[in-house]
Amino acid sequence: MELYVPILVLAALSAGFAAVNLLIAAVAGPKRYNRAKLEAYECGIEPTPQPVGGGRFPIKYYLTAMLFIVFDIEIIFLYPWAASFDRLGIFGLVEMVLFIVTVLVAYVYIWRRGGLEWD
Amino acid sequence: MSTHVLAAEDLSGFGTDPWWLIVIKVLFIFVFLVLSVLLTMWAERRILGRMQLRLGPNRHGPFGLLQGLADGLKLGVKEDLVPKNVDKWVYILAPAAASAPAFISFAIMPFGPQVSIFGHQTHLQLTDLPVAVLLVLAMASMGVYGFVLAGWASGSPFALLGGLRSSAQVISYEIAMALTFVAVFLYAGTLSTSGIVDAQERLWFAVVLIPSFLIYMVTMVGETNRIPFDLPEGEGELVGGYHTEYSSMKFAMFFLAEYVNMSTVCGLSVTLFLGGWRAPAPISTIWPDANTGWWPMLWFIAKFAMVMFIFIWLRAAMPRVRYDQLMKLGWKVLIPVSIVWIIVVATMRALRNAEATTTTWLVVVGAGLAAALVALYLWDRAAEKRREAKETAKEQEFATLKAKPTAGGFPVPPLRAAHYGSAVRDALEAPRPERGTSAKEVTGA
Repeated sequence: MELYVPILVLAALSAGFAAVNLLIAAVAGPKRYNRAKLEAYECGIEPTPQPVGGGRFPIKYYLTAMLFIVFDIEIIFLYPWAASFDRLGIFGLVEMVLFIVTVLVAYVYIWRRGGLEWD
Repeated sequence: MSTHVLAAEDLSGFGTDPWWLIVIKVLFIFVFLVLSVLLTMWAERRILGRMQLRLGPNRHGPFGLLQGLADGLKLGVKEDLVPKNVDKWVYILAPAAASAPAFISFAIMPFGPQVSIFGHQTHLQLTDLPVAVLLVLAMASMGVYGFVLAGWASGSPFALLGGLRSSAQVISYEIAMALTFVAVFLYAGTLSTSGIVDAQERLWFAVVLIPSFLIYMVTMVGETNRIPFDLPEGEGELVGGYHTEYSSMKFAMFFLAEYVNMSTVCGLSVTLFLGGWRAPAPISTIWPDANTGWWPMLWFIAKFAMVMFIFIWLRAAMPRVRYDQLMKLGWKVLIPVSIVWIIVVATMRALRNAEATTTTWLVVVGAGLAAALVALYLWDRAAEKRREAKETAKEQEFATLKAKPTAGGFPVPPLRAAHYGSAVRDALEAPRPERGTSAKEVTGA
C-alpha cells in the first residue's frame, strides 16, 4: 500500500492545480457581455441548432470504442503472461499462441465485414 | 498465488520514504513537468522557426525563454467565456479531467538510481509498482475522458467531431502502443519501470527490439495527437477540434495536457527502450562513475530532450494524413505487425530458454519463413483479385454513364470533358490510323 500513497499525493496536487486554474479562469478575466460571443463558433455563420447534450454522430466511433475494449482486454491478458514468460516455458508459449490466434479470428472477421473501413 | 507471480520484482527500495521526502519528490515532478512544458513550447517555436528560416520568439527573456510563461499569463487574464448552449458542469470540468491524469503517469518514471537526500537513501523515482506501466496506460485512457467530454459538452458540431476523432484516435493507437510493451515485458520479466531499466544494463531494448521501438515511435505521435496525426485539431476542417469553444485558462489546460502527455510518452520511450537513466555506451565505458549518484538524471533528461526534438522535427517535416489513412495505419498495419512480432519474439525467447538445439532452431525458423511466404503469396493473390474486380467495376460504371449520364438517378456531367480523363481514354480507344495515311486525312484539316 505504501507504494501507492505517493501516487495519491501527486494526484491530489495535479487535481488541486487544475482546480486553481479553473478558479483563476473564473476570477481573473474581464466579463464583457456580447450576444454573438456566446454562440457556438461556426466560422461566422449562424450556428447549426444542436440538441441539448450533443448532436448525432457517426456510428463508426461507437464501433471503434467497442473494438478497443475487445483488444484492450486481450492485451491486459498478455501482460502477466509476458512478465512471467521465463517461468512458463514452452507450455506458456503454446497456450498464448492459441489465445492470440483465437482473437485473430475475431480480428479477421471484423476486417472482412468492413469493421475497419473508414470512408 | 499472486505473490508468487510478482516475486521477480524487488520493490523493497520503494514505499519507505518519509512524508517530507514524498512531498519533495512530488513537487519536483510537478515542477519538472511544468518547466518541460514551458521549455518545450519555447524550443518547439524556436526550432520550427529555424527550420523555416525565421527567428521564432526571441523577445521575452534571454533568447525568448520566457515566451511560454508570457503566453500562460496572457491566457490567465483573458475572458473566461461559457457559450450559451453548453452543458455547463461538464464543460467546466472537462479541462480538469484532461490535465489532472496527465501528471500522474510521471510518478513511476525512474530519473536515476539510489541517492542520498538529507542522509536518507532513496531512489530518484517517486514510486514503483508491480504494474507500473499499466498505470501509464490507465492514465492515458483517463485523459481521453477530458477530450471527449469537452467535445460533447461544447454544443458545437466542430467540437463534437473533434472530441470523437480525438478519442477514437487515441484509443486506436493505444492498442498498438500497448502491444509494443509486451515484447519489452517478455525481455525484462517485469512491469515495474525500475526493473525494466535494470534489464537494459547491457543493451537497450531499442536495439534488441527494433520493430517494437519503431512501432512505439509511431504510436507515440498518434497517442498525443501531434502532426502528422493531429486530425482532432485539423484547423482546415474542424477549426480547433474539441477545444474550439474554450478560452482563457480552460484552453491553457488542454494545451498543458497535450504537452504533459508528450512528456509522458517521451519519458516512457526513454525508460522502456532507450536504457532509462543509464549513460549511453561510450560515456559509461570511458567514465565508470557516470551511472552513480546524481549524474543519471542528466542522461535521462538528455535522452528525454532528444525524443522531444523528434516530435518537433516531425512537426516541421510532415504534412497531416487523412483520417481514414490514420485509422487504416493503426488498425490494419500497426496492430497485426505488433501481434506477429510478439509471437516471433516469444518463440525465440522460449527456444533460447529451453536451450534448443541447432536443428530445432532451423526447423522452427524454416517453418516460420515458410508460413510467412505462404501468407504473402495468398495475400498477393487476393489483392490482385480485388484489384481486377475494382477495375472491372470501374470500366462498367464508365460504360454505363457514358451511354446514359442519368443512369443511377444522379445527373452526371458529360464524361467527355477533358478533366475526367476521358479525352485521354477516347484517344486510346479510337481506332489507330492506317499505316500510310497522312496526318492531314486523320485530322481532317
